[in-house]
Amino acid sequence: MAFVAIADRDHEHALHDPQSFIRKYIWSQDHKVIAIQYALVATAIGLVALTMSVLMRLQLGFPDTFNIIAPQEYYQYITMHGMIMVIYLLTALFLGGFGNYLIPLMLGSRDMVFPYMNMLSFWFYLLAVLVLVAGFFVPGGPTGAGWTLYPPQAVLPGTPGATWGIICMLASLAIFIVAFTMGGLNYVTTVLQARCRGMTFMRMPLSVWGIFMASILGLLAFPALFVSAIMMTLDSVIGTSFFMPAVASMGEKTVHTGGSPLLFQHLFWFFGHPEVYIVALPAFGIVSDLLSTHARRNIFGYRMMVWAILAIGCLSFVVWAHHMYVSGMNPYFGFFFATTTLIIAVPTAIKVYNWVLTIWRGDVHLTVPMLFAIGFIFTFINGGLTGLFLGNVTVDVPLSGTYFVVAHFHMVMGVSPILVVFGAIYHWYPKITGRMFDEALGKFHFWMTFIGAYAIFLPMHYMGILGVPRRYYGYSDAIQFIPPSVHEANEWISISAMIVAATQLVFLYNLIHSYFRGPVADGNPWRATTLEWQTPQTPPKHGNWGKDLPEVHRWAYDYSVPGAPEDFIPQNVPHSEKTPVGREHGVPT
Amino acid sequence: MSHEPATLEPGFRGVTADWSADKQAFPVPWGKAMMWIFLLSDTFIFSCFLTSYMNVRMSTTDPWPNTAEVFALTVGGHHIPLLLIAIMTMVLITSSGTMAMAVNFGYRRDRKRTAQLMFATAALGLCFVGMQAFEWTKLIVDEGVRPWGNPLGAAQFGSSFFMITGFHGLHVTGGVIYLTVVAWRVLSGFYDRKGTYETVEVAGLYWHFVDLVWVFIFAFFYLW
Repeated sequence: MAFVAIADRDHEHALHDPQSFIRKYIWSQDHKVIAIQYALVATAIGLVALTMSVLMRLQLGFPDTFNIIAPQEYYQYITMHGMIMVIYLLTALFLGGFGNYLIPLMLGSRDMVFPYMNMLSFWFYLLAVLVLVAGFFVPGGPTGAGWTLYPPQAVLPGTPGATWGIICMLASLAIFIVAFTMGGLNYVTTVLQARCRGMTFMRMPLSVWGIFMASILGLLAFPALFVSAIMMTLDSVIGTSFFMPAVASMGEKTVHTGGSPLLFQHLFWFFGHPEVYIVALPAFGIVSDLLSTHARRNIFGYRMMVWAILAIGCLSFVVWAHHMYVSGMNPYFGFFFATTTLIIAVPTAIKVYNWVLTIWRGDVHLTVPMLFAIGFIFTFINGGLTGLFLGNVTVDVPLSGTYFVVAHFHMVMGVSPILVVFGAIYHWYPKITGRMFDEALGKFHFWMTFIGAYAIFLPMHYMGILGVPRRYYGYSDAIQFIPPSVHEANEWISISAMIVAATQLVFLYNLIHSYFRGPVADGNPWRATTLEWQTPQTPPKHGNWGKDLPEVHRWAYDYSVPGAPEDFIPQNVPHSEKTPVGREHGVPT
Repeated sequence: MSHEPATLEPGFRGVTADWSADKQAFPVPWGKAMMWIFLLSDTFIFSCFLTSYMNVRMSTTDPWPNTAEVFALTVGGHHIPLLLIAIMTMVLITSSGTMAMAVNFGYRRDRKRTAQLMFATAALGLCFVGMQAFEWTKLIVDEGVRPWGNPLGAAQFGSSFFMITGFHGLHVTGGVIYLTVVAWRVLSGFYDRKGTYETVEVAGLYWHFVDLVWVFIFAFFYLW
């Protein structure tokens, strides 16, 4: 049993080809169906969060005009928008969606190692989303504690949703973590144990590397959120004092005594910072593959890219308190966490250089996925550089709590990953559906989204440097230091945001319309090397590979190998005179 | 299985090349690999619980009750500190022993012995949970300790105690159910037909982990 390639343990995957509609598409154990289920639910709840952001922008851009949001509801909007986008959209889409779809296909396996658990993972995720949505309908509405849910205010009267809303939020998070754990264990074990013959770790596409590391981060970071959710539930429901100090609320002393609000912040950010990389690492990986494929050039510095992913993953656990410079923690901590924060910029910068060097002198095809990938490089550099400002204590203190922070994190972990999500959806759409999307609409979608993102978030940097505080319902003229230009910027941002939001409808239309009416796609329309494009059928059938599992003979990046008849050699093509060894071992060609 | 000839590169590069070859990264069944990874994740959960407990113990301004006194029993006129906890710890560690023996007999495909020892392990686990119930009752009824406060001192004493031992107790209870199911399957010959007893070992991993966590709870909560 020891040292057996998975190709020789194929019998262990007892494949019962489900026939009935329900077993095939509802209670499905097929990783591809589960991936699509995850993606659909994530998109649906993401649209809710998108709508909320549009309503918030209406309020901020045109105060006293629309009055859709009451002042006391504004915090509920920012809270739910942030939490949904970070957890229920991006995390679920990258790991539950792309992780599920790509890992077995890219590694040449038939499915995840434990398909039943994989199915349960989705249903728990759906339950988590339903509990989250239930929060909108309970008395008092959803929690308005901010997506960071800081106590004491999260559970004290005066904060919207401090009784029922916060409980729904915490319960939903706990269920989400259970769901993620079942999925994440599957992803990690599949990568470790179920690669096909010839698929060494150093031949894995970087997409899989990114998702693999992100899953490990999730398994080690979500426990902190799980524990803090339990403790905050106890504080709120039965009046324990883990996080609650002795405070007076509404003129009366509460039942709480002696708890530590800082403890929550530490636990939350011990989860929260790796969470940034849970979203970013899959994006890093996927964008590497998009750039390489559409520039017809091998990824620059593959080994360095892998080590950078591992280094970022490890370092992401020792930077968390850079979110807490103004929390009142021991100031000496700031020195340590600023240092580690700057160190984590090194592997990240290596990745950026390697992406740029990958397309340098490549045969760049400006396809829709490629446009999104290049757009990502811009927004990520932008968001990364402002991160260097905020990572330094002395610069952060005046900037924290302003729109500069909003601009930074939206650029680096909102816009950047979502651009990769779009690029990835366009890239794999022909494989998933067997149809081609409308290229012109895709390009329209890209340019509107990309330029729109800058139109929205670039002015926010300026507002932040002026000191405009974030999380405000409105900025009356009584606030003296806010110049009229800020009000104009707010109008501009709001109009841009609405245009960008409307553009997403074009994207959805493109996906739905092409699914029924798009031209039938070739099995490998991008002429890509990785295994998912070499399946016998498109879209791949249950079991992915037909009778025999594929065998891998080369790395994932044999593009434009001199001497080869075509400008790509798939991973499962053996070495021969016509299909020579590429640059896998660093041999210059 | 690799198609390239095995090259033994020296140094770090050789280690990574070997470990990342086209084989299972760990030469164990999938279920066992997954259980190890899950336990790593679970370790983080208990670490967070224990770290939080230490943190609130430091942050509270009220005095912390003397655990040796709180968890003392009076037996036959003798006042013995931590007596019940000592017995509970003994029971749990004994159950780890019976579990290890069950795994051993599982390797030998001794259906009956394996099942017997697993049922014994589950029974010891049940015994542990029962004593925990006794301990909780004593604290709640006799001493008036509640999660939100107690007459002995810091409110966080009760909160941490009930939360951490409760979460651990749930793990033990889940383990008892898990072990019973697996033992039942062993007895019914399910694993003989499947051709492998690996599930016994996977269940054993979980059980040993739950024991190990108890040692840390014992050290950090009761002895400190």
